[in-house]
Amino acid sequence: MKVLVPVKRVIDYNVKARVKPDQSGVDLSNVKMSMNPFDEIAVEEAVRLKEKGIVTEIVSVSIGPQQAQETLRTSLAMGADRSILIVVDQTVEPLAVAKLLKAVVAAEEPKLVLMGKQAIDDDNNATGQMLAALLGWPQATFASKVEIAGEVATVTREVDGGLQTLSAELPAVVTVDLRLNEPRYASLPNIMKAKKKPIDAKTAADYGVDLTPRLKVSKVAEPPKRGGGIKVADAADLVGKLKNEAGVL
Amino acid sequence: MQTYNAPLRDMRFVLHELHGLEKINAYPKYADFTPDVVDSVLEEASKIATEVLLPTNAVGDQEGCVLENGVVRTPTGFKAAYDLFREGGWSSIAADPEWGGQGMPESVNKMVEEMISAANVAFGLYPGLTGGAIRALKDHGSQELKQRYLPKMVDGTWTGAMCLTEAHCGTDLGLLRTKATPNGDGSYRIDGAKIFISAGEHDLTENIVHLVLAKLPDGPKGVKGISLFLAPKFIPNEDGSLGQRNGVVCTGIEHKMGLKGSATCQLTFEDARGWLVGEPNKGMAAMFTMMNVERLAVGVQGLGINEAAYQSAVAYAKDRLQGRSLAGAKRPDLPADPIIVHPDVRRMLMTMRVYAEGCRAVGGWVAQAMDVAEASEDPIEKQTADDFVALMTPVVKALFTDMGSEASNLAIQIYGGHGYIREHGVEQYVRDARIAQLYEGTNGIQAMDLVGRKVGAHMGRYLRGFFHPIAEFIAANKDDAAVGKMVGKLEQAFGALQLTTGDLVQRSMKDPEEAGAAAVDYLRMLGLVAMGYMFVKSAKIAAEKAPTANGDAGFYEAKQASARFFVDRVLPQATGLFLTLKSGKAAMMAMPEDAF
Repeated sequence: MKVLVPVKRVIDYNVKARVKPDQSGVDLSNVKMSMNPFDEIAVEEAVRLKEKGIVTEIVSVSIGPQQAQETLRTSLAMGADRSILIVVDQTVEPLAVAKLLKAVVAAEEPKLVLMGKQAIDDDNNATGQMLAALLGWPQATFASKVEIAGEVATVTREVDGGLQTLSAELPAVVTVDLRLNEPRYASLPNIMKAKKKPIDAKTAADYGVDLTPRLKVSKVAEPPKRGGGIKVADAADLVGKLKNEAGVL
Repeated sequence: MQTYNAPLRDMRFVLHELHGLEKINAYPKYADFTPDVVDSVLEEASKIATEVLLPTNAVGDQEGCVLENGVVRTPTGFKAAYDLFREGGWSSIAADPEWGGQGMPESVNKMVEEMISAANVAFGLYPGLTGGAIRALKDHGSQELKQRYLPKMVDGTWTGAMCLTEAHCGTDLGLLRTKATPNGDGSYRIDGAKIFISAGEHDLTENIVHLVLAKLPDGPKGVKGISLFLAPKFIPNEDGSLGQRNGVVCTGIEHKMGLKGSATCQLTFEDARGWLVGEPNKGMAAMFTMMNVERLAVGVQGLGINEAAYQSAVAYAKDRLQGRSLAGAKRPDLPADPIIVHPDVRRMLMTMRVYAEGCRAVGGWVAQAMDVAEASEDPIEKQTADDFVALMTPVVKALFTDMGSEASNLAIQIYGGHGYIREHGVEQYVRDARIAQLYEGTNGIQAMDLVGRKVGAHMGRYLRGFFHPIAEFIAANKDDAAVGKMVGKLEQAFGALQLTTGDLVQRSMKDPEEAGAAAVDYLRMLGLVAMGYMFVKSAKIAAEKAPTANGDAGFYEAKQASARFFVDRVLPQATGLFLTLKSGKAAMMAMPEDAF
C-alpha cells in the first residue's frame, strides 16, 4: 500500500514570529524554517505503518519554494522513500494546495493520504478536509490513533469532551493530531541515505492548477501586549471588580 | 536553568565560509559530504544535543554515579539518552566505514563534539573514549581482534576505556607496574591496579573493552617496556555472544569536583585475560595515536562549555534588572535596566563570546588539516597538514580548555551571587570545565610538548607551516579598506611572536629550563595570534558579504564587531606576553627552595 504524506515548510516552532512593519504578514527573512510539526507526526506514522509491514511505499510531497527541498530531505531521512517538490514561489492557499494534492493523488494513486491537521503558520486547518471533498474520499481528522486492517482505517479522533472512533474505507484522507506519536530523530546513516533518494521537481503548471489567491489579507498584527495587573484588597473587592469593571459576573 | 542552542550559523560560517568545506568535499573519500548533507547532520545533532542530552546535564551533576557491588549506576536518564544517541548512529560518526562507521570528516565531527560537550560533557565521555579506543585498535590491532571487537564498538553496543594511569604514575608512565604474563595460547594474564579510568565501568552497555598498558616480564625498563593489551569485561564467544566474566573489577569510583555524570573508576585486574595490541613494548606509540585525537577532543570540550556558559550568561544579562545605564536609563519602562547595558558586563560577555568564536575558528582550521592529512594523495600536502596538526594539538588542548575555564568563571561573575548557588546551573560549568585543563596531559605538559617537541622539530618545519599563511595574509591585506587597521594590529602581535620564538629557541638550546619557564606563556601567545588571524580573516569575509546579505547582514556585522573586540581588547595580551617572556627564567627560579 502506498501512502502520500504532504509536508509544509513553515517558520520553526521555536522562533518568535515578528510581524512585518507594513502589517502585510510575518517577517520570514533570515528566520529558521522547518517542517510543520503536525506533518512530522504524519511522516512518523507513515514510517511506523511501513515498519509494521502495512505500507510498502511512502511518498512525501511539498508545495513551496525551492528550499522546501530541505523539508523533503528531512522526511526522507525519517524514512520516506521518495519525494515530489512542486515549486511555487507565491503564497498558496488551502484550496490551491488541495487541488494540487488532488492532482498528485491522481498521478500516484495512494491508498492513504496522511497529513498534519493544520500548518502552524496560518493555522487554517482546511487542506485535509478540502482534499477529501475534492477526491470524494472519506476523511478522518485530528487522529490520535490510526489502525489499518485490510481496506479499513480505524481512527481515533480527539474531539471536544473526549475521543471518537471512526472507521473509514480506503482510500481515505487522515489528518493527524499532536498526540498520535512522537516523531523520531533522523539517524545519521539515514540522513546520508536521504541524499540519494529521489526528489521529483514539478511545477503547478505540470498539474494544470490555477494558484491565483482568492483570499485577501487585510492586516496581520501582534496580539495586544498584556497590561499590568492590580492587587485587590479582599474577596469582596475582587467580586465587585469582576462584576462592575470586567463585566464577567 | 541551563540553556543551549547550538550556534549553527557560526558553525556554518566556520565550515563553509572561513575554511571552505568544498576543499574536503573534493576528496573522493569525502565525496558524500556535500554542504547540504553536512548542514542536515549539524541540524539533527543540535536537536539531539538540546532535546536529549541537555536535559540530563544538571541531573547527572546532582546525582553523580553510584557504585554498588562492583556495578556502576549512571545518573537517571543517561541510559535512555545513550540508547537514542547510539541508535541514531552518533556514536560512530567519525569511525571508518569499513567497520560500520559514518566516516564523517573531522571538520564536521568536531562541531558535533562541541555540541555534545556543551549539552552534557560528562555524557560525552562514554562515546568519546570509545572513539579513542576504536582508533587505537584500528591502527594497531590484529585483524582478528579488529573483527571481533570493532563492529560492536563502532555501533556503540560496547564501549571502550583507556586504562593508563596508576596510583603512583600519571604523567610518567615509565613507572607503571601492571604486569602481563604470556598464557602460552597467544593471550596474556593481566594483573595490576589502575585509577582514574573514565567509563571504566557503567550500566550503559552490556560490555566494556579495556585497552590496558602493562609490562611484559622481559621488557626493557621505563616507557620503552610498555605494551598495550585489550581486556574486555566479558570475553566474547566465537559467535560474538557474551561469554565468561573477565578478571577486571571496579573497586571504587572517584568523588570529583565536577564531571560527576562520568564514572571515574579504580579498576583491579586480577588474572584477567588480555590480548596484545600492536608490537610488544610499543604500547606508548599505540597509545599516542589515540592520545593526540583525544587531546583535540578535550580542547573541544573546553569550547563547548565556553559556548554553553556564554549562552547562560547572555540570557541572565538580558533578564536581570539592576541599576541604570551610566549613559542614562535605557529602559525607563522598567524599574531598572537589564545588566547587559553595563560596560563591565559587556566586557565579560564579549570576552566569552570571542573566546568561543575564536576557538571554533581555530578548531575548524585544525580539523580541516586532519581531513587533508587523512584524505590527500599528495605527499607534500599530506605532510604539511600533518605538521600543522602536530603543532596545533597541544595549543587546541590547552588554549581551548583554559579559555573554557575562564569563560565559565566569567559566567558566574555575571550572575553575581546567583551564579554561586547551584540553582542556576552555571557553577556546574566551572566545575565541569576544570578537569579539561588536567586530563589527557595537563596544560603545562601540553605547553612543554609545544616548546620541547613541536617548535624546534625538523628545524622549525612545523612552525613554518603556521607562520607562512599568516605572513602571506598580512602582506596581502595590509591596505585593505575594511580590515587594514586590524591587520596592522595582527602584524604587531605576529611580529612579537616571531621575535619571541627566535629568542626562545636560542635560549633553550643553551638551557632547557628556559623552555620550561616559557612554555605556558608561549603557548598562550601563539594561540592568541592564531585566533587573531582567524578573526581578521573572518572580518574580511564578513565585510565583503554584509552589504548584500539581506536578512543575514546582522550575522556579518556581529562577526566584525567580535573581530574588533578581539583585536583591540584581547590580542594586545600577546605584546604583554612578549615582555614577560623576554625576561626569561631568572625571576621564576631565583627564590631558594628553602624559602618556599
